[in-house]
Amino acid sequence: MLSKAKLWLSLAFGTLLMWSAGAHAAWELNMPRGVTQISRETYDLHMTIFWWMIAIGVVVFGVLFWSIINHRKSKGAKPATFHESTKVEIVWTLVPFLILIAMAIPATRVLTAAYDASESELDVQIIGYQWRWEYRYMDDDPNAEEVSFFSSLATSREEISNSIDKGENYLLEVDNPLVIPSNTKVRFLMTAADVLHAWWVPEFAIKKDTIPGFINESWVIVEEPGIYRGQCAELCGMEHGFMPIEVHVLEPADFEAWYAEQQQQALQVAELTNAALSMDEAMAEGAEIYSRNCVACHQANGQGMPPAFPALAGSAKATGDIGVTMDTLVNGVPGTAMAAYGRQLNPIELASIITYVRNAFGNQSGDMVQPAEVNEFIVGGQ
Amino acid sequence: MSSAAIDHAHDHDHHHGPAKGISRWLFTTNHKDIGTLYLWFSFAMFLLGGTFALVIRAELFQPGLQFVEPNFFNQMTTMHGLVMVFGAVMPAFVGLANWMIPLMIGAPDMALPRMNNWSFWILPFAFTLMVSTLFMEGGGPNFGWTFYAPLSTTYAPDSVTYFIFAVHIMGASSIMGAINVIATILNMRAPGMTLMKMPLFVWTWLITAYLLIAVMPVLAGVVTMMLFDIHFGTSFFNAAGGGDPVLFQHLFWFFGHPEVYIMILPAFGIVSAIIPTFARKRLFGYDSMVYATASIAFLSFIVWAHHMFTVGMPLAGQLFFMYATMLIAVPTGVKVFNWVATMFRGAMTFETPMLFAIAFVVLFTIGGFTGVMLAITPADFQYHDTYFVVAHFHYVLVPGAVFSLMAAAYYWLPKWTGYMYDETLGKLHFWMSFVGVNLLFFPQHFLGLAGMPRRIPDYALQFANFNWISSVGAFLFGFSQLILLLVVIKCIRGGKKATAQVWEGAQGLEWTVPSPAPYHTFETPPDPSLIKAQ
Repeated sequence: MLSKAKLWLSLAFGTLLMWSAGAHAAWELNMPRGVTQISRETYDLHMTIFWWMIAIGVVVFGVLFWSIINHRKSKGAKPATFHESTKVEIVWTLVPFLILIAMAIPATRVLTAAYDASESELDVQIIGYQWRWEYRYMDDDPNAEEVSFFSSLATSREEISNSIDKGENYLLEVDNPLVIPSNTKVRFLMTAADVLHAWWVPEFAIKKDTIPGFINESWVIVEEPGIYRGQCAELCGMEHGFMPIEVHVLEPADFEAWYAEQQQQALQVAELTNAALSMDEAMAEGAEIYSRNCVACHQANGQGMPPAFPALAGSAKATGDIGVTMDTLVNGVPGTAMAAYGRQLNPIELASIITYVRNAFGNQSGDMVQPAEVNEFIVGGQ
Repeated sequence: MSSAAIDHAHDHDHHHGPAKGISRWLFTTNHKDIGTLYLWFSFAMFLLGGTFALVIRAELFQPGLQFVEPNFFNQMTTMHGLVMVFGAVMPAFVGLANWMIPLMIGAPDMALPRMNNWSFWILPFAFTLMVSTLFMEGGGPNFGWTFYAPLSTTYAPDSVTYFIFAVHIMGASSIMGAINVIATILNMRAPGMTLMKMPLFVWTWLITAYLLIAVMPVLAGVVTMMLFDIHFGTSFFNAAGGGDPVLFQHLFWFFGHPEVYIMILPAFGIVSAIIPTFARKRLFGYDSMVYATASIAFLSFIVWAHHMFTVGMPLAGQLFFMYATMLIAVPTGVKVFNWVATMFRGAMTFETPMLFAIAFVVLFTIGGFTGVMLAITPADFQYHDTYFVVAHFHYVLVPGAVFSLMAAAYYWLPKWTGYMYDETLGKLHFWMSFVGVNLLFFPQHFLGLAGMPRRIPDYALQFANFNWISSVGAFLFGFSQLILLLVVIKCIRGGKKATAQVWEGAQGLEWTVPSPAPYHTFETPPDPSLIKAQ
């Protein structure tokens, strides 16, 4: 039996050595140290506790294995008769207690610091949806054009279904990343529109649940500009594994420029909403939006996955009264996975997707809706 | 033997052996028969829940979606958790309680034998109800075994109602089982069997039974609130109606945390019986073991929100739950130290039960170490809901609770069947399980630290290597369990006759009755001189 144990041990150590030799990302063993003060302190706390546990393990398992090797009947060991010692019991109650106090002190300090979200310089609201994130920048100027957008998975369905090769940032890439300035205290105000989600970027050591009806807060000061990635960390339904987070941290001056550009674009959307959209434009844009937002449930062929996710091909809602199609897209279907897209997409995008579902998958309504009509529908509070 | 003579003397009375055919099992009120039913049922559920786990690990073998749709994947994670917790681990411990508690305390049977029959026989119905949801339109529960609202209410598939009723039935079964254990231990101990002479398995089960009675009604309450939200328009957990999704988590974990101790305390009792037997030395620190168990049970009620460190509790709440959780390490440490001290300067042999018991001590302790790490709130922000947590709780539940169950099966199998099991096959089962379980769960620590969230059907490329290692381990571990099935069947059919004592170093009343234990035991109380301090 011992020889088997030795074999297993040497195998384990050999494998460990192999891992440390090939310092490839796919063999990553530990959490990232991160790019904020809090993330580094968290990492240090993690390592301190880890080494304490290793030390305790070495002592406890040392005695255990020493006894297993030496105190075996086959070696002629005779059992001792001792079976209690109040002194020893007190020692091994008190010593762990003291070690725990030694760990609780730095943990309390880091936690208190992580909870201090006061005096932020920029506030961003994060809203979790099935299955994408919305980011809204809270401008100090109430008259400023609002910058807000949705951030969805950018990895293609073909990569997920293994029909083409997977890209480097497979499942960790989005269409519209969150952009924040470096060396600036950014506060995140987090909530959710449907079920629970959790916003997690390991490099920031932030993981916070986004909960309908609650606003949670968290904050970062990122020192290094760069791209940081994370994922939703709370089971939120079918596509839980497919709602990543991508944060671009820019130098403050670059951020200002980006922010101004976003405001400009928001103005442009308002203008374009009043322009006419052609059928071809609407179908092209609609196909694009469909592949990003709709395909997971309603499927590429529009057949859906009944009964939870109904077919669009030939459905009454997609081919009947266009007002019904519009209402379904804008307001969603309460109590089902069909989200309200009235806020997630702009009027141009909404007009395109409404037109698309009425004219794709063999649906031949032949009609279309203009962005201005959609806007009127939304503003009219329908 | 005199006990056989006594049994014979009673034969003319209305005492008799088991009924014939299926009615023996349907109508039995015999604690041994009911124990056997529980054990077979839990083993069947273990294989079923394991099959669900293998579906999960097959899908996660490589990045990309290969075998199942994400929605079905979520049904598999949910069903795996529910079946393993409520179908495999808990009923297995109840089965052992039924078989062993009367034998250990010198009682003729459980205190409430008819209720005992009922508490078992509603279980197959509960699980049929629950597993049948997989075949329903819209699929089965897909919201995780923790079924957080509103994913499990407003956004749940229609089958959630069946799930709710199944949980109600399982809860009723657990509560009845717990009442029976308490009534038996408090009322039916043989003369001379004082509380502080009871084997630790009896002690840990007594405390576990109180935990069950305290928290199962909370679980029943929370699923009933879900039922009302879904069907009767209430808004307990619906924010849009003024409800509170976080309230769900507080209620669930007020049940859920004691629940994890329900699954581990009896394991402590088993290991505390096996280690002294094969070390041929009395258990070190019996009294402190009892007090440590009671302390853990008490603490289990005031640590629930450590499962919720990321919900945004106020700082004071976070600190309270962090400190309280860290405290659990103290009594748990005492237990581990006591087991090691029992082995120290013993005269050990390494039969299969001992191998499983030693693996339990080592691997459960590794799960304990990661438990202390998880208690540290700021670090938990990084660990929470990742594979690090998955690795942690599987280390305490699989090489923890499940290994203790296997140790118990090998330890008492000769007493149940009257034959020795095949030691070579037993050791093969142990080593395959040991290698498999570590290959399966150890790499998951690395995955979690590197950032892989739990409950995802597909993952980024940097997680590929450890995932395939984990999947290989899963299949090795899973198929190794068929060896256990083979060992048990072989042992029932025959083999070397077991003596009453079975193990050279075994202590306790169960070893004073013949092997196999007669259908009726301790119809008259055992000789008080047989009852020794543990």
